[in-house]
Amino acid sequence: MAQLKKILAGTFAVVMTAAVFAGCGGSDSSSKGAAASGGSTDTSTADGGDNKGGSSAALKEKKADRITQTAEGSADSKKKLRICTWNEEFKNRLRAYYDQYDKEKSGMTGETDKDGNFIVGEKEYLKDGTEIEWLTTPNKDNAYQNKLDTDLAAQAGSDMKIDMFLIEADYALKYVNGPYVMPVKEVGLTDDDLKDQYQYTKDIVTDSNGDLEAVSWQATPGLFAYRRDIAKDVLGTDEPDKVQEAISDWTKFNEVAAKMKEKGYFMLSGYDDSYRTFSNNVSKAWVDSDYNVQIDDNIWKWVDQTKEYTDKGYNNKTGLWSEEWGKDQSKEGKVFGFFYSTWGINFTLAGNAKSNDLFYVCPGPQAYYWGGTWMCAADGTDNVETVKDIMKKLTCDAANMKKLTQETQDYTNNQTAMKELSNGFKSEFLGGQNHIAMFVDAAPKIDASNAGPYDQGCNEEFQTAFHDYFSGKVDKDTATANFYKAIKVKYPNLKTPS
Amino acid sequence: MRRKSISYAKWGYIFVIPFFAVFIVFNLIPLISTFKNSFYENYLINGYQQVGPTWVGLSNYSELFSENVTLGKYFGNTFIIWLLGFIPQIFFSLLFASWFTDLRMKLKTGAYKIIFYLPNVIMAAAMGMLFFTLFSQSGPINSIYKSITGSTEPIYFFEGVWTQRGIIALINFLMWFGNTTIMLMAAINGIDPSLYESAQIDGANPTQTFWKITIPLIKPILLYVLITSLIGGLQMFDVPQIVANGGSAVDSTSMTVVVYLNKHLFSKNYGMAGALSVILFVVAAALSLLIFFLTTDRDKTKKKKKGGRK
Repeated sequence: MAQLKKILAGTFAVVMTAAVFAGCGGSDSSSKGAAASGGSTDTSTADGGDNKGGSSAALKEKKADRITQTAEGSADSKKKLRICTWNEEFKNRLRAYYDQYDKEKSGMTGETDKDGNFIVGEKEYLKDGTEIEWLTTPNKDNAYQNKLDTDLAAQAGSDMKIDMFLIEADYALKYVNGPYVMPVKEVGLTDDDLKDQYQYTKDIVTDSNGDLEAVSWQATPGLFAYRRDIAKDVLGTDEPDKVQEAISDWTKFNEVAAKMKEKGYFMLSGYDDSYRTFSNNVSKAWVDSDYNVQIDDNIWKWVDQTKEYTDKGYNNKTGLWSEEWGKDQSKEGKVFGFFYSTWGINFTLAGNAKSNDLFYVCPGPQAYYWGGTWMCAADGTDNVETVKDIMKKLTCDAANMKKLTQETQDYTNNQTAMKELSNGFKSEFLGGQNHIAMFVDAAPKIDASNAGPYDQGCNEEFQTAFHDYFSGKVDKDTATANFYKAIKVKYPNLKTPS
Repeated sequence: MRRKSISYAKWGYIFVIPFFAVFIVFNLIPLISTFKNSFYENYLINGYQQVGPTWVGLSNYSELFSENVTLGKYFGNTFIIWLLGFIPQIFFSLLFASWFTDLRMKLKTGAYKIIFYLPNVIMAAAMGMLFFTLFSQSGPINSIYKSITGSTEPIYFFEGVWTQRGIIALINFLMWFGNTTIMLMAAINGIDPSLYESAQIDGANPTQTFWKITIPLIKPILLYVLITSLIGGLQMFDVPQIVANGGSAVDSTSMTVVVYLNKHLFSKNYGMAGALSVILFVVAAALSLLIFFLTTDRDKTKKKKKGGRK
């Protein structure tokens, strides 16, 4: 009997401890209801889009129906402008270039911290007394998207409304065709307001009904930023034209890489540095119209190039955004150059280089684009007028955008203003070089037609899977299989070759 | 005697009600719903399109055991990393516990106890970040390594299978050996000192008293430590998640089962996550029961020999 009791007690204890695991998997089931009521429960919408054409055609999903708001924003919510973002870039833009931002009340002196961000007080306000509340979640591993999905799913029934959220090119379509955005027209911007914006920045955020859902203040053509001292040492000149000539295609680029190695420099910093020049020039989208994951030939070119560079010691084996990668961009670094688009030069590179006579830019071996941030008005916002005003001042006001480019060297989304500016522009960070003229040439070449809603996950998982291949831990087939495995877990609805 | 126990028993049951209420609401119901979820297809596309729940029978399980998912590898990883951390943990804990409780050594142990326990107070994620920075390509460990050996090439700790696993195990060891030391000290202090005294009078040396008196008498606590550590090890998440780039680094050789489980929650895939949780549940239960029965049997025979002092 005592033995039985013991066994019983033991089993009980085991069940209890084991139940701890169960909590992880199942306890969230209550949130299902909210998600289901938030979105369309009809799974056919996922397949019902305009998916005609060859099997390799890019996925085109149908715009989801918007959700009726069931609760009104509270008085508190009306006095708060709540904006979802993943980094400091937009915050700085708003603080400096939105004329209704109350610098005095927000405690902004114009001073910046060591990363180049404005120092502000604990709370930030607009001139009409509206408080700005930033909801910041880091971007990596889809964390920002997951947070946004949860918050937006709760929007319709919540009395604390999100007014605006920011999206990136890699997953723009997910939100553009999703149910949570208020179209730009409804916010109050007219075609005339938007006429000077680059067409690709509009194409990428136009939903399947042809409505524009977001606006951006920047266009993001990419360039190759190189170290002037290293160029002089190895190539004998640091003049952008001559350097460009030396690296104008990938064969020449590889030759220069070999020369860099001889002199003890690295051509690129890490595995992923040249990734975007290949991945944003693909002829096939990551996901085709039948939800098959496909790897473009251009991506394979990146794999082969990076493997060669790693084996030959042309790169410093860093990871994108890692600490070492940032260090490589400073004076102590031994890396010749970095592929960077507009925001990367003024926002990331300038912050890491901490010197104004270190870098020049040139177009590099291949035209490409990378990233870009768009503003969406959240459906259900109770500050539509403010959102409209912010969008208008930051993305349509030529004078304001000109000023933004002059002061920050960011490339703004206004063709006329940029053309005017490109005449005799001098970049302080780039030692007086006129990089805006290069952007003016590069921007119309951008083709973002192969961007899709699953790109962030595909890009990140592909890079992660192939790091093992580059470092020699696995062969190519294993890396490919690992990539498919990871995609299958992240996006269960996608089909992968088995 | 019988009358008394009947009148008091009622209060016993009343006092345990809160525990059972909490257990049922927060453990038992989620447990059952996990089992239920594991038989359904149920996830989100694009963050808003709900797929399911549709009854799919055992297909989540067959997917988990198919060759697309290397579940055995993840269980293997978990076990190896746990073992790498547990062996030094139990070794040092026993060593320190027997030193600290040894009356002849007359150690002042308060400060040590606090220092040893301290890493446990820090969040595992913070420890992970700390070690990730320490061992990174340009981190302090590599600076020291370079200056000692004169090598220009750093050690890529997070690109090697065993260096990466070793770092995770090291963090787990550092975090938990203090906790175990304190537990074992309590167990050793509970042993009747006269046993040691009589053994010494009989001429036993410290090694003998350790193996012949301490170890057999703290066995129940050792068993407890083993089971809790095993279950904790099965749930290992924070450290590999941070150190091994979400578990995928180096061909997923540091991907533990719970890190893999967590990956399914990106698409709110309750079906697959549920099935995986059930498997984890079965494994944890089986391991615990196995250890429980192995050790209770031995206790019984020993008690018979000694005649049961209590």
